[in-house]
Amino acid sequence: MDHKKLQGRLRNKILGLHYTAHSGHIGCSLSCIDIMIAILTAKGVTDHFILSKGHAASALYAILNELGEIPDEAMTTFYKNGTTLPAHPAALKYAAIPFATGSLGHGMPIATGVAKAKKLKNDAAISYVLMSDGETNEGSTWEAGHFAVANKLDNLIVFVDKNGLQGFGNTADVLGDTAAIHIWSAIGFEVVEIDGHDVAAMIALKDQLVANKNGKPKMIIANTVKGKGVTYMEDRLEWHYLPMNEEQYKEALAEIDRKYNG
Amino acid sequence: MRNFFSTYLAEIVEQQDDIVFITGDLGYAALEPLAAKMGNRFINAGVAEQGMISIAAGMAAQGYRVICYSIAPFVVYRCLEQIRNDACFHNLPVYVVGNGGGYGYGIMGASHHAIEDIGTLSCLPNMRCYVPAFTTDLKDCMDEMLARRSPAYLRLGLGKQMPESLSLTEYGAGSKVSGAAHLTVVAQSPVANNVIAAIASSEHKNNIDLFLVNRMPFTQMPADIKASIAGSGNVLSIEEHVSIGGLGSAIALLIAENSINVNSFISLRAEGYPGGLYGNQSYHQQMSGIDEPNILRTINTYF
Repeated sequence: MDHKKLQGRLRNKILGLHYTAHSGHIGCSLSCIDIMIAILTAKGVTDHFILSKGHAASALYAILNELGEIPDEAMTTFYKNGTTLPAHPAALKYAAIPFATGSLGHGMPIATGVAKAKKLKNDAAISYVLMSDGETNEGSTWEAGHFAVANKLDNLIVFVDKNGLQGFGNTADVLGDTAAIHIWSAIGFEVVEIDGHDVAAMIALKDQLVANKNGKPKMIIANTVKGKGVTYMEDRLEWHYLPMNEEQYKEALAEIDRKYNG
Repeated sequence: MRNFFSTYLAEIVEQQDDIVFITGDLGYAALEPLAAKMGNRFINAGVAEQGMISIAAGMAAQGYRVICYSIAPFVVYRCLEQIRNDACFHNLPVYVVGNGGGYGYGIMGASHHAIEDIGTLSCLPNMRCYVPAFTTDLKDCMDEMLARRSPAYLRLGLGKQMPESLSLTEYGAGSKVSGAAHLTVVAQSPVANNVIAAIASSEHKNNIDLFLVNRMPFTQMPADIKASIAGSGNVLSIEEHVSIGGLGSAIALLIAENSINVNSFISLRAEGYPGGLYGNQSYHQQMSGIDEPNILRTINTYF
């Protein structure tokens, strides 16, 4: 299946949300939207998904709208007073958003608990979580990692959106590469690196790891580019924070159209 | 209380297989029988309290009621954001159980005390804190907590039996003297044992109403306490917790909201470490003035 048109359509949707709201967090949503497509369009009905990097909420809202989980009327309220769609996902608003996130380092331990519960219940469903590489700075992420290994949670699949940038610098310069393959392998994860913008390859890899019942939790380190698809945003820290003006918005849409619809 | 807690829980889990117990690597020489009974539903999360709470929230969202156990300070302060965001925001049955609240761990030092735990947790959404004074009302608290299926905190301490003069109420326990009392005493936690001893040795004991509040937040004035305060006009609040966010400030707010006129209001509470020195639980109670002799002295100032 060719995902290119969907990748373009959801990027347009994300850009539209942020342009209308005059808000930031664009780059981090564009970096992980392809991972979300790989998880949410190809997961089992009873599989569980948590977006741990809650600041990429616009990407989550865009794909859940595409999948019919969030109505169009709600999408027009993004960032507005009285919305169910704030900048970080809220609790108890949509069935497809089982957990509110926004503070980093929560998603992986929660997903670990979901995976542990499914094991206890002999439920074969998978627990997916998508987190940022910056979140591997958090101690709670490591607490969950060791728990998942000790409890043999091979039904836990952790996607890391490794765009190499965090809040105030390059991840390599801040604490070093805490999302490095050898560190997570050393504590007992089965870790595979992949191009985080190749949807078909990620789906194939995910299916392969799901089938591998070897007692090891899985981590897919998805190498991504922050702001992917919009050249002036790509790999630039400021596009974690900046909103677009009209000219930038038009330029971004034109580039997405050329790259994904051409 | 911990022995009663684990023994009673061991009975409950035999019938109710949706209860999971997670310990933050504590419970040596106390929880082994419970662990044996619960099998794979007894989990050691390691020395990792933040992860423990979020993991519990994930399990609770899958249909389990999850108890997270450690000593009180470790399971409250380190993981406050996990309790707030993951358990409370989603109204999940995650039951935080802290052993040795207040100055319970005595000479272990300030790191092991929990004198701000109720204030810290009772203001969170959907949260109910249980602070039993005896094993008798501990059972009542456990039954309600497990039936409620919402976030809870249970503070365990010294476990004595409740005196027969007290009877259980929906907010805790109370004993009202016959006729109009001159003083209304409201207390919380096992420091109630000091209060009961002080009242028993007071020549004014027949003029004192005693109420124990074991559920927080305390936001509705019970009719019996209201009537007692309105009649006596004198209130003495006693807790092994700082008064900010604790029983003292709750009672004061309720008195104000209910427009009750009082002549005198005294709050005896944990004062922290006023001398900068350390000792056992009784020592710290004495330093804060929540020991039996000082409670008696304070009572006598009303007469």
